[in-house]
Amino acid sequence: MAEQFIGKASEWKDGSRQIVRVGSEEIGIFKHEGQYFAYSNYCLHQGGPACEGLTIAKVEERLREDKTSMGLFFSENQMDFVCPWHGYEYDMRTGECIADRRLKLKKFNVLQKGDELYVVA
Amino acid sequence: MDLIADRGRRVTVEELNTTKLLAHANEQAKARNYKDMLIIDCDAHHYENENFREILPYMENDVFRQLTMSGQTKSRHSVMPGSMGYQDMGGRVTRYPLRSTEKTDPTRSRDVQLGERWMDAMGVDYSCLFPTGMLNVGLHPQKEMESDLCWAYNRWLTEKVLPETGGRMYSMLSLPFSDPEQTLRHVETFGHRKHVTGFMVTTVRANMAVNDNAYMKVYRAMEERGLSLAFHSGPNWGEPVFKSCNRFISVHALGFSFYNILHCTNWVVNGMGERFPKLPVIWIEAGLAWVPFLMQRLDHEYMLRPSECPVLKKKPSDYMRDMYYSSQPMEIQDMEAMECTFRMINAETQLLYASDYPHWDFDLPSTIYDLPFLSDKAKHNILGGNAARLFKLEPRNEAQKANLIKYGNYTAG
Repeated sequence: MAEQFIGKASEWKDGSRQIVRVGSEEIGIFKHEGQYFAYSNYCLHQGGPACEGLTIAKVEERLREDKTSMGLFFSENQMDFVCPWHGYEYDMRTGECIADRRLKLKKFNVLQKGDELYVVA
Repeated sequence: MDLIADRGRRVTVEELNTTKLLAHANEQAKARNYKDMLIIDCDAHHYENENFREILPYMENDVFRQLTMSGQTKSRHSVMPGSMGYQDMGGRVTRYPLRSTEKTDPTRSRDVQLGERWMDAMGVDYSCLFPTGMLNVGLHPQKEMESDLCWAYNRWLTEKVLPETGGRMYSMLSLPFSDPEQTLRHVETFGHRKHVTGFMVTTVRANMAVNDNAYMKVYRAMEERGLSLAFHSGPNWGEPVFKSCNRFISVHALGFSFYNILHCTNWVVNGMGERFPKLPVIWIEAGLAWVPFLMQRLDHEYMLRPSECPVLKKKPSDYMRDMYYSSQPMEIQDMEAMECTFRMINAETQLLYASDYPHWDFDLPSTIYDLPFLSDKAKHNILGGNAARLFKLEPRNEAQKANLIKYGNYTAG
Protein backbone atom coordinates (compact mmCIF):
# COMPACT_ATOMS: atom_id res chain seq x y z
CA MET A 1 0.00 0.00 0.00
CA ALA A 2 1.39 3.36 -1.02
CA GLU A 3 0.85 6.53 0.90
CA GLN A 4 0.81 9.79 -0.96
CA PHE A 5 1.07 13.16 0.69
CA ILE A 6 -1.93 15.32 -0.22
CA GLY A 7 -1.23 18.43 1.80
CA LYS A 8 -1.53 19.89 5.25
CA ALA A 9 -4.80 19.47 7.07
CA SER A 10 -4.64 23.05 8.21
CA GLU A 11 -4.69 24.15 4.57
CA TRP A 12 -7.62 21.99 3.41
CA LYS A 13 -10.79 24.04 3.46
CA ASP A 14 -14.17 22.44 3.87
CA GLY A 15 -15.67 21.84 0.43
CA SER A 16 -12.31 21.58 -1.29
CA ARG A 17 -11.02 18.63 -3.30
CA GLN A 18 -7.94 17.22 -4.97
CA ILE A 19 -7.38 14.72 -7.74
CA VAL A 20 -4.17 12.71 -7.33
CA ARG A 21 -2.60 9.76 -9.05
CA VAL A 22 -1.13 7.01 -6.87
CA GLY A 23 0.41 4.26 -8.98
CA SER A 24 -2.30 3.13 -11.35
CA GLU A 25 -5.05 4.69 -9.28
CA GLU A 26 -6.56 8.12 -9.92
CA ILE A 27 -8.22 9.30 -6.76
CA GLY A 28 -10.53 12.14 -5.90
CA ILE A 29 -10.33 13.41 -2.31
CA PHE A 30 -13.02 15.63 -0.82
CA LYS A 31 -13.18 17.44 2.49
CA HIS A 32 -16.80 17.58 3.57
CA GLU A 33 -18.03 18.73 6.98
CA GLY A 34 -14.57 18.23 8.47
CA GLN A 35 -14.10 14.70 7.15
CA TYR A 36 -12.06 13.41 4.24
CA PHE A 37 -13.50 11.07 1.62
CA ALA A 38 -11.44 9.51 -1.15
CA TYR A 39 -12.75 7.55 -4.13
CA SER A 40 -11.64 6.24 -7.49
CA ASN A 41 -11.99 8.98 -10.08
CA TYR A 42 -13.33 6.53 -12.66
CA CYS A 43 -17.10 6.62 -12.96
CA LEU A 44 -18.79 3.23 -12.86
CA HIS A 45 -20.86 4.18 -15.88
CA GLN A 46 -18.53 4.96 -18.79
CA GLY A 47 -15.34 5.79 -16.93
CA GLY A 48 -15.73 9.55 -16.65
CA PRO A 49 -13.87 11.65 -14.05
CA ALA A 50 -16.40 10.91 -11.32
CA CYS A 51 -14.89 13.19 -8.69
CA GLU A 52 -14.28 16.27 -10.85
CA GLY A 53 -17.79 17.59 -11.24
CA LEU A 54 -20.34 19.43 -9.18
CA THR A 55 -20.92 18.68 -5.51
CA ILE A 56 -24.57 19.16 -4.75
CA ALA A 57 -27.04 18.15 -2.07
CA LYS A 58 -29.20 15.15 -2.87
CA VAL A 59 -32.64 16.01 -4.17
CA GLU A 60 -35.50 14.58 -2.14
CA GLU A 61 -39.21 14.45 -2.66
CA ARG A 62 -41.16 14.82 0.55
CA LEU A 63 -44.48 13.09 0.92
CA ARG A 64 -47.26 13.83 3.38
CA GLU A 65 -49.03 11.17 5.42
CA ASP A 66 -51.69 10.89 2.76
CA LYS A 67 -48.95 10.24 0.15
CA THR A 68 -49.44 13.53 -1.65
CA SER A 69 -46.24 15.20 -2.72
CA MET A 70 -44.91 18.33 -1.06
CA GLY A 71 -42.49 18.78 -3.94
CA LEU A 72 -38.73 18.64 -4.36
CA PHE A 73 -36.17 19.76 -1.79
CA PHE A 74 -32.43 19.70 -1.35
CA SER A 75 -31.43 17.29 1.40
CA GLU A 76 -30.34 18.82 4.69
CA ASN A 77 -27.89 16.02 5.40
CA GLN A 78 -26.75 14.24 2.23
CA MET A 79 -24.15 15.73 -0.07
CA ASP A 80 -23.43 14.11 -3.42
CA PHE A 81 -20.79 14.51 -6.08
CA VAL A 82 -21.63 14.14 -9.74
CA CYS A 83 -19.66 12.77 -12.66
CA PRO A 84 -19.53 15.62 -15.17
CA TRP A 85 -19.80 13.37 -18.21
CA HIS A 86 -23.36 12.09 -17.76
CA GLY A 87 -24.53 13.02 -14.30
CA TYR A 88 -23.97 9.75 -12.40
CA GLU A 89 -24.43 10.93 -8.83
CA TYR A 90 -22.60 9.49 -5.80
CA ASP A 91 -23.17 9.78 -2.06
CA MET A 92 -20.24 11.72 -0.62
CA ARG A 93 -20.08 9.61 2.57
CA THR A 94 -20.28 6.15 0.98
CA GLY A 95 -19.35 6.44 -2.70
CA GLU A 96 -22.60 4.68 -3.54
CA CYS A 97 -24.36 5.58 -6.77
CA ILE A 98 -27.60 7.11 -5.56
CA ALA A 99 -29.62 5.57 -8.41
CA ASP A 100 -28.47 2.05 -7.48
CA ARG A 101 -26.67 1.74 -4.17
CA ARG A 102 -25.30 -1.67 -5.12
CA LEU A 103 -22.84 0.27 -7.30
CA LYS A 104 -20.03 1.76 -5.23
CA LEU A 105 -16.89 3.59 -6.20
CA LYS A 106 -13.68 2.12 -4.85
CA LYS A 107 -12.95 3.88 -1.56
CA PHE A 108 -9.54 4.87 -0.21
CA ASN A 109 -8.42 5.82 3.27
CA VAL A 110 -7.07 9.22 4.16
CA LEU A 111 -4.55 9.23 7.03
CA GLN A 112 -3.69 12.24 9.13
CA LYS A 113 -0.25 12.32 10.73
CA GLY A 114 0.01 15.47 12.72
CA ASP A 115 -0.89 18.16 10.25
CA GLU A 116 0.01 16.03 7.25
CA LEU A 117 -2.56 14.20 5.16
CA TYR A 118 -1.93 11.07 3.13
CA VAL A 119 -4.16 9.04 0.84
CA VAL A 120 -3.53 5.31 0.99
CA ALA A 121 -3.76 3.26 -2.19
CA MET B 1 -15.28 29.10 -12.72
CA ASP B 2 -18.02 28.82 -10.11
CA LEU B 3 -21.14 26.77 -10.69
CA ILE B 4 -24.30 27.24 -8.66
CA ALA B 5 -25.18 24.22 -6.54
CA ASP B 6 -27.81 23.76 -3.83
CA ARG B 7 -29.15 26.83 -2.03
CA GLY B 8 -26.98 29.15 -4.09
CA ARG B 9 -23.76 27.50 -2.87
CA ARG B 10 -20.93 28.06 -5.34
CA VAL B 11 -18.67 25.23 -6.42
CA THR B 12 -15.42 26.02 -8.16
CA VAL B 13 -14.59 23.83 -11.13
CA GLU B 14 -11.91 24.24 -13.74
CA GLU B 15 -12.73 26.02 -16.98
CA LEU B 16 -13.67 23.66 -19.76
CA ASN B 17 -10.97 21.94 -21.71
CA THR B 18 -12.52 19.17 -23.80
CA THR B 19 -9.25 17.27 -24.13
CA LYS B 20 -8.79 17.25 -20.36
CA LEU B 21 -12.43 16.48 -19.65
CA LEU B 22 -12.19 13.46 -21.93
CA ALA B 23 -8.77 12.25 -20.73
CA HIS B 24 -10.31 9.00 -19.51
CA ALA B 25 -11.90 8.46 -22.91
CA ASN B 26 -8.46 8.78 -24.43
CA GLU B 27 -7.13 6.18 -21.99
CA GLN B 28 -9.84 3.84 -23.25
CA ALA B 29 -8.95 4.57 -26.87
CA LYS B 30 -5.31 3.71 -26.26
CA ALA B 31 -6.04 0.62 -24.17
CA ARG B 32 -8.34 -0.75 -26.89
CA ASN B 33 -6.05 0.27 -29.74
CA TYR B 34 -8.78 2.18 -31.57
CA LYS B 35 -6.26 3.65 -33.98
CA ASP B 36 -6.28 0.36 -35.89
CA MET B 37 -10.07 0.34 -36.09
CA LEU B 38 -11.97 2.80 -38.24
CA ILE B 39 -14.49 4.47 -35.94
CA ILE B 40 -17.26 6.51 -37.52
CA ASP B 41 -19.73 8.44 -35.46
CA CYS B 42 -23.05 8.87 -37.26
CA ASP B 43 -24.56 11.42 -34.86
CA ALA B 44 -22.60 14.25 -33.27
CA HIS B 45 -23.56 17.84 -32.69
CA HIS B 46 -22.44 21.39 -32.57
CA TYR B 47 -24.19 24.49 -31.27
CA GLU B 48 -25.03 26.29 -34.46
CA ASN B 49 -26.96 28.96 -32.53
CA GLU B 50 -23.57 30.34 -31.45
CA ASN B 51 -22.83 30.97 -35.13
CA PHE B 52 -26.03 32.65 -36.25
CA ARG B 53 -24.15 35.82 -37.12
CA GLU B 54 -22.35 33.78 -39.77
CA ILE B 55 -25.31 31.64 -40.78
CA LEU B 56 -28.14 34.14 -41.16
CA PRO B 57 -26.53 36.20 -43.94
CA TYR B 58 -26.96 33.12 -46.13
CA MET B 59 -30.74 33.40 -45.94
CA GLU B 60 -32.21 33.98 -49.39
CA ASN B 61 -35.24 36.11 -48.61
CA ASP B 62 -34.33 39.72 -47.94
CA VAL B 63 -37.18 40.28 -45.51
CA PHE B 64 -36.61 37.10 -43.50
CA ARG B 65 -32.88 37.79 -43.38
CA GLN B 66 -33.49 41.29 -42.05
CA LEU B 67 -36.00 39.95 -39.52
CA THR B 68 -33.64 37.35 -38.11
CA MET B 69 -30.42 39.36 -38.25
CA SER B 70 -31.93 42.41 -36.61
CA GLY B 71 -32.85 40.23 -33.66
CA GLN B 72 -29.27 39.13 -33.10
CA THR B 73 -28.37 42.29 -31.24
CA LYS B 74 -28.58 41.84 -27.48
CA SER B 75 -30.57 38.61 -27.92
CA ARG B 76 -33.77 40.51 -28.59
CA HIS B 77 -35.62 37.55 -30.00
CA SER B 78 -34.94 33.96 -30.89
CA VAL B 79 -34.71 32.61 -34.39
CA MET B 80 -35.52 29.01 -33.63
CA PRO B 81 -38.46 27.49 -31.79
CA GLY B 82 -37.27 26.63 -28.31
CA SER B 83 -37.28 23.33 -26.51
CA MET B 84 -38.16 23.42 -22.84
CA GLY B 85 -35.99 21.11 -20.80
CA TYR B 86 -33.02 20.61 -18.52
CA GLN B 87 -30.43 18.83 -20.62
CA ASP B 88 -27.61 20.01 -18.37
CA MET B 89 -29.26 18.67 -15.18
CA GLY B 90 -28.90 21.92 -13.35
CA GLY B 91 -25.23 22.21 -14.27
CA ARG B 92 -24.36 18.68 -13.17
CA VAL B 93 -23.20 18.01 -16.73
CA THR B 94 -20.60 20.72 -16.54
CA ARG B 95 -19.73 21.09 -20.22
CA TYR B 96 -23.04 22.92 -20.73
CA PRO B 97 -22.54 25.85 -18.36
CA LEU B 98 -18.77 25.90 -18.99
CA ARG B 99 -18.92 25.75 -22.77
CA SER B 100 -18.19 29.42 -23.28
CA THR B 101 -15.03 29.20 -21.14
CA GLU B 102 -13.21 26.84 -23.51
CA LYS B 103 -10.40 28.54 -25.41
CA THR B 104 -9.91 28.01 -29.13
CA ASP B 105 -7.80 29.51 -31.89
CA PRO B 106 -9.74 32.51 -33.21
CA THR B 107 -8.38 32.02 -36.72
CA ARG B 108 -10.12 28.65 -37.13
CA SER B 109 -13.72 27.51 -36.81
CA ARG B 110 -14.41 27.04 -33.11
CA ASP B 111 -16.89 24.24 -33.81
CA VAL B 112 -14.32 22.35 -35.87
CA GLN B 113 -11.66 22.73 -33.19
CA LEU B 114 -13.99 21.50 -30.47
CA GLY B 115 -15.01 18.61 -32.71
CA GLU B 116 -11.41 17.62 -33.32
CA ARG B 117 -10.71 17.66 -29.59
CA TRP B 118 -13.44 15.24 -28.63
CA MET B 119 -12.93 13.04 -31.68
CA ASP B 120 -9.21 12.73 -30.97
CA ALA B 121 -9.87 12.01 -27.31
CA MET B 122 -12.39 9.28 -28.03
CA GLY B 123 -10.55 7.76 -30.98
CA VAL B 124 -13.26 8.72 -33.46
CA ASP B 125 -12.05 9.07 -37.05
CA TYR B 126 -15.11 10.67 -38.65
CA SER B 127 -18.22 12.27 -37.25
CA CYS B 128 -21.51 13.29 -38.78
CA LEU B 129 -22.14 16.87 -37.76
CA PHE B 130 -25.71 17.73 -36.85
CA PRO B 131 -27.09 20.95 -35.37
CA THR B 132 -28.62 21.26 -31.89
CA GLY B 133 -31.22 24.03 -31.74
CA MET B 134 -32.21 23.42 -35.33
CA LEU B 135 -33.48 19.98 -34.33
CA ASN B 136 -36.59 21.99 -33.44
CA VAL B 137 -36.86 23.69 -36.82
CA GLY B 138 -39.84 21.49 -37.64
CA LEU B 139 -41.82 23.32 -34.97
CA HIS B 140 -41.38 26.66 -36.71
CA PRO B 141 -44.83 28.09 -37.43
CA GLN B 142 -43.65 29.55 -40.76
CA LYS B 143 -42.73 26.91 -43.30
CA GLU B 144 -41.05 29.58 -45.46
CA MET B 145 -38.83 30.55 -42.54
CA GLU B 146 -38.07 26.90 -41.80
CA SER B 147 -36.95 26.48 -45.37
CA ASP B 148 -34.82 29.60 -45.44
CA LEU B 149 -33.14 28.74 -42.12
CA CYS B 150 -32.29 25.25 -43.41
CA TRP B 151 -30.99 26.78 -46.63
CA ALA B 152 -28.73 29.19 -44.77
CA TYR B 153 -27.47 26.53 -42.39
CA ASN B 154 -26.77 24.06 -45.19
CA ARG B 155 -24.88 26.64 -47.21
CA TRP B 156 -22.84 27.75 -44.21
CA LEU B 157 -22.09 24.17 -43.16
CA THR B 158 -21.05 22.97 -46.61
CA GLU B 159 -19.19 26.14 -47.62
CA LYS B 160 -17.55 27.26 -44.38
CA VAL B 161 -17.43 24.49 -41.81
CA LEU B 162 -17.05 21.08 -43.44
CA PRO B 163 -14.24 22.20 -45.78
CA GLU B 164 -12.22 23.16 -42.68
CA THR B 165 -12.38 19.70 -41.17
CA GLY B 166 -9.88 17.99 -43.43
CA GLY B 167 -12.59 15.54 -44.40
CA ARG B 168 -13.08 14.25 -40.85
CA MET B 169 -16.59 15.65 -40.51
CA TYR B 170 -19.45 14.94 -42.84
CA SER B 171 -23.15 15.64 -42.62
CA MET B 172 -26.63 14.64 -43.52
CA LEU B 173 -28.12 18.06 -44.12
CA SER B 174 -31.27 19.40 -42.49
CA LEU B 175 -34.37 19.30 -44.65
CA PRO B 176 -37.28 21.78 -44.46
CA PHE B 177 -39.74 18.93 -44.39
CA SER B 178 -42.80 21.13 -43.92
CA ASP B 179 -42.42 22.12 -47.57
CA PRO B 180 -41.95 19.15 -49.94
CA GLU B 181 -41.03 21.37 -52.90
CA GLN B 182 -38.31 23.14 -50.94
CA THR B 183 -37.19 19.81 -49.54
CA LEU B 184 -36.64 18.55 -53.07
CA ARG B 185 -34.79 21.75 -53.97
CA HIS B 186 -32.42 21.19 -51.04
CA VAL B 187 -31.68 17.64 -52.18
CA GLU B 188 -31.08 18.79 -55.75
CA THR B 189 -28.92 21.72 -54.68
CA PHE B 190 -26.83 20.22 -51.91
CA GLY B 191 -26.93 16.50 -52.64
CA HIS B 192 -23.76 16.50 -54.72
CA ARG B 193 -21.70 18.65 -52.38
CA LYS B 194 -18.56 17.33 -50.79
CA HIS B 195 -18.92 15.77 -47.32
CA VAL B 196 -22.70 15.40 -47.79
CA THR B 197 -23.73 11.77 -47.36
CA GLY B 198 -27.47 12.28 -47.12
CA PHE B 199 -30.22 14.35 -45.57
CA MET B 200 -31.79 14.51 -42.16
CA VAL B 201 -35.41 15.04 -41.19
CA THR B 202 -36.05 16.22 -37.66
CA THR B 203 -38.91 14.12 -36.36
CA VAL B 204 -40.14 16.56 -33.74
CA ARG B 205 -42.93 18.06 -35.79
CA ALA B 206 -46.51 18.99 -35.21
CA ASN B 207 -47.66 17.22 -38.32
CA MET B 208 -45.65 14.98 -40.57
CA ALA B 209 -46.76 12.04 -42.68
CA VAL B 210 -43.63 10.52 -44.16
CA ASN B 211 -45.85 8.52 -46.49
CA ASP B 212 -47.49 11.56 -48.09
CA ASN B 213 -47.39 11.44 -51.88
CA ALA B 214 -45.73 14.85 -51.91
CA TYR B 215 -42.50 13.31 -50.60
CA MET B 216 -42.12 10.50 -53.12
CA LYS B 217 -40.08 12.63 -55.52
CA VAL B 218 -37.83 13.58 -52.61
CA TYR B 219 -37.11 9.97 -51.72
CA ARG B 220 -36.59 9.13 -55.37
CA ALA B 221 -34.12 12.00 -55.74
CA MET B 222 -32.12 10.77 -52.76
CA GLU B 223 -32.21 7.16 -53.89
CA GLU B 224 -31.01 8.09 -57.37
CA ARG B 225 -28.09 10.02 -55.89
CA GLY B 226 -27.03 7.24 -53.55
CA LEU B 227 -27.75 9.38 -50.50
CA SER B 228 -29.07 8.31 -47.10
CA LEU B 229 -32.22 9.52 -45.39
CA ALA B 230 -31.91 9.97 -41.63
CA PHE B 231 -34.71 10.64 -39.18
CA HIS B 232 -33.33 12.39 -36.10
CA SER B 233 -35.56 12.32 -33.04
CA GLY B 234 -35.89 14.57 -30.02
CA PRO B 235 -38.03 15.51 -27.03
CA ASN B 236 -40.90 18.00 -27.08
CA TRP B 237 -42.57 18.95 -23.81
CA GLY B 238 -45.04 21.00 -25.82
CA GLU B 239 -46.44 17.92 -27.54
CA PRO B 240 -49.98 17.51 -26.18
CA VAL B 241 -49.46 13.92 -25.14
CA PHE B 242 -46.43 14.91 -23.03
CA LYS B 243 -48.06 17.79 -21.22
CA SER B 244 -49.06 15.39 -18.49
CA CYS B 245 -45.39 14.67 -17.75
CA ASN B 246 -44.14 16.59 -14.70
CA ARG B 247 -40.48 15.61 -15.06
CA PHE B 248 -38.06 16.14 -17.92
CA ILE B 249 -36.84 12.55 -17.55
CA SER B 250 -40.27 11.38 -18.68
CA VAL B 251 -40.39 13.69 -21.70
CA HIS B 252 -36.85 12.78 -22.68
CA ALA B 253 -37.15 9.04 -22.18
CA LEU B 254 -40.40 8.81 -24.10
CA GLY B 255 -40.06 11.61 -26.64
CA PHE B 256 -37.13 10.31 -28.65
CA SER B 257 -38.64 6.86 -28.95
CA PHE B 258 -42.16 8.19 -29.49
CA TYR B 259 -41.36 10.21 -32.60
CA ASN B 260 -39.28 7.48 -34.17
CA ILE B 261 -41.93 4.88 -33.41
CA LEU B 262 -44.55 7.10 -35.00
CA HIS B 263 -42.69 7.87 -38.19
CA CYS B 264 -41.13 4.44 -38.55
CA THR B 265 -44.61 2.93 -38.30
CA ASN B 266 -45.91 5.13 -41.11
CA TRP B 267 -42.81 4.42 -43.15
CA VAL B 268 -43.14 0.66 -42.79
CA VAL B 269 -46.88 0.08 -43.11
CA ASN B 270 -47.03 2.23 -46.23
CA GLY B 271 -44.43 0.06 -47.88
CA MET B 272 -41.76 2.70 -48.35
CA GLY B 273 -39.18 -0.05 -48.18
CA GLU B 274 -40.82 -1.64 -51.24
CA ARG B 275 -41.09 1.66 -53.07
CA PHE B 276 -37.48 2.76 -52.44
CA PRO B 277 -35.53 -0.43 -51.79
CA LYS B 278 -32.15 1.18 -52.45
CA LEU B 279 -32.68 4.22 -50.22
CA PRO B 280 -30.76 3.71 -46.95
CA VAL B 281 -32.92 4.87 -44.04
CA ILE B 282 -31.38 5.58 -40.64
CA TRP B 283 -33.25 6.09 -37.36
CA ILE B 284 -31.23 8.30 -35.08
CA GLU B 285 -31.02 8.97 -31.35
CA ALA B 286 -33.90 6.99 -29.97
CA GLY B 287 -31.79 4.25 -28.44
CA LEU B 288 -32.54 0.67 -29.41
CA ALA B 289 -35.12 -0.67 -26.96
CA TRP B 290 -38.00 0.69 -29.05
CA VAL B 291 -37.05 -1.35 -32.11
CA PRO B 292 -37.89 -4.87 -30.84
CA PHE B 293 -41.12 -3.48 -29.37
CA LEU B 294 -42.20 -2.01 -32.68
CA MET B 295 -41.16 -5.06 -34.66
CA GLN B 296 -43.30 -7.33 -32.52
CA ARG B 297 -46.20 -4.93 -32.38
CA LEU B 298 -46.35 -4.31 -36.12
CA ASP B 299 -45.80 -7.96 -37.05
CA HIS B 300 -48.63 -8.97 -34.75
CA GLU B 301 -51.07 -6.46 -36.22
CA TYR B 302 -49.92 -7.12 -39.78
CA MET B 303 -50.79 -10.79 -39.49
CA LEU B 304 -54.34 -9.75 -38.60
CA ARG B 305 -54.77 -6.75 -40.89
CA PRO B 306 -52.63 -7.30 -44.01
CA SER B 307 -55.31 -5.71 -46.18
CA GLU B 308 -54.37 -2.35 -44.68
CA CYS B 309 -50.77 -2.72 -45.85
CA PRO B 310 -51.14 -4.27 -49.31
CA VAL B 311 -47.81 -2.94 -50.59
CA LEU B 312 -45.91 -5.12 -48.13
CA LYS B 313 -44.40 -8.36 -49.39
CA LYS B 314 -42.95 -9.42 -46.09
CA LYS B 315 -43.46 -8.70 -42.42
CA PRO B 316 -42.92 -5.20 -41.04
CA SER B 317 -39.97 -6.41 -38.99
CA ASP B 318 -38.28 -7.61 -42.17
CA TYR B 319 -38.43 -4.09 -43.55
CA MET B 320 -37.18 -2.74 -40.25
CA ARG B 321 -34.20 -5.10 -40.48
CA ASP B 322 -33.38 -3.56 -43.85
CA MET B 323 -33.00 -0.15 -42.22
CA TYR B 324 -30.22 1.28 -40.09
CA TYR B 325 -30.18 2.40 -36.47
CA SER B 326 -27.81 4.65 -34.58
CA SER B 327 -26.61 3.11 -31.33
CA GLN B 328 -26.92 6.00 -28.89
CA PRO B 329 -28.27 6.24 -26.25
CA MET B 330 -27.81 2.54 -25.80
CA GLU B 331 -29.89 1.21 -22.92
CA ILE B 332 -27.27 -1.07 -21.40
CA GLN B 333 -29.25 -2.33 -18.42
CA ASP B 334 -30.20 -5.93 -19.13
CA MET B 335 -27.44 -7.58 -21.15
CA GLU B 336 -29.65 -10.43 -22.32
CA ALA B 337 -32.25 -7.99 -23.59
CA MET B 338 -29.49 -6.05 -25.32
CA GLU B 339 -28.20 -9.20 -26.99
CA CYS B 340 -31.72 -10.06 -28.12
CA THR B 341 -32.13 -6.56 -29.53
CA PHE B 342 -28.88 -6.84 -31.46
CA ARG B 343 -30.07 -10.14 -32.93
CA MET B 344 -33.47 -8.74 -33.86
CA ILE B 345 -32.09 -5.74 -35.72
CA ASN B 346 -29.22 -7.59 -37.42
CA ALA B 347 -26.88 -5.26 -35.61
CA GLU B 348 -23.81 -6.69 -37.29
CA THR B 349 -24.82 -5.05 -40.56
CA GLN B 350 -27.49 -2.49 -39.56
CA LEU B 351 -26.22 -0.77 -36.43
CA LEU B 352 -24.13 2.40 -36.63
CA TYR B 353 -22.12 3.72 -33.69
CA ALA B 354 -23.18 7.19 -32.55
CA SER B 355 -21.70 9.31 -29.79
CA ASP B 356 -24.18 12.23 -29.72
CA TYR B 357 -21.32 14.24 -28.22
CA PRO B 358 -21.38 16.82 -26.70
CA HIS B 359 -24.94 16.21 -25.54
CA TRP B 360 -25.52 15.01 -22.01
CA ASP B 361 -26.18 11.32 -22.71
CA PHE B 362 -23.30 10.70 -25.11
CA ASP B 363 -21.84 7.24 -25.62
CA LEU B 364 -18.17 6.36 -25.98
CA PRO B 365 -17.03 3.74 -28.50
CA SER B 366 -16.47 1.42 -25.52
CA THR B 367 -20.25 1.06 -25.18
CA ILE B 368 -19.98 -1.11 -28.30
CA TYR B 369 -16.43 -2.39 -27.94
CA ASP B 370 -16.97 -3.80 -24.45
CA LEU B 371 -20.20 -5.68 -25.15
CA PRO B 372 -19.44 -9.28 -24.15
CA PHE B 373 -21.61 -10.96 -26.77
CA LEU B 374 -20.20 -9.27 -29.89
CA SER B 375 -17.73 -10.89 -32.26
CA ASP B 376 -14.71 -8.92 -33.45
CA LYS B 377 -16.38 -8.59 -36.83
CA ALA B 378 -19.52 -7.15 -35.27
CA LYS B 379 -17.49 -4.67 -33.23
CA HIS B 380 -15.59 -3.49 -36.30
CA ASN B 381 -18.77 -3.27 -38.38
CA ILE B 382 -20.82 -1.36 -35.82
CA LEU B 383 -18.07 1.03 -34.79
CA GLY B 384 -17.19 1.96 -38.35
CA GLY B 385 -17.41 -0.68 -41.04
CA ASN B 386 -21.14 -0.36 -41.63
CA ALA B 387 -20.88 3.42 -41.87
CA ALA B 388 -17.81 3.17 -44.11
CA ARG B 389 -19.86 1.12 -46.57
CA LEU B 390 -22.89 3.37 -46.28
CA PHE B 391 -21.14 6.74 -46.49
CA LYS B 392 -18.15 5.65 -48.60
CA LEU B 393 -15.62 6.88 -46.08
CA GLU B 394 -12.02 5.83 -46.43
CA PRO B 395 -9.74 4.36 -43.77
CA ARG B 396 -7.24 6.79 -42.28
CA ASN B 397 -4.33 4.38 -42.03
CA GLU B 398 -3.17 1.02 -43.34
CA ALA B 399 -4.24 -0.94 -40.26
CA GLN B 400 -7.78 0.41 -40.58
CA LYS B 401 -7.78 -0.47 -44.26
CA ALA B 402 -6.65 -4.02 -43.50
CA ASN B 403 -9.44 -4.40 -40.97
CA LEU B 404 -12.04 -3.03 -43.39
CA ILE B 405 -10.89 -5.53 -46.00
CA LYS B 406 -10.82 -8.34 -43.43
CA TYR B 407 -14.44 -7.75 -42.49
CA GLY B 408 -15.72 -6.95 -45.98
CA ASN B 409 -16.31 -3.26 -45.44
CA TYR B 410 -13.73 -1.76 -47.77
CA THR B 411 -15.53 -0.13 -50.65
CA ALA B 412 -13.67 3.14 -51.11
CA GLY B 413 -10.46 3.84 -52.93
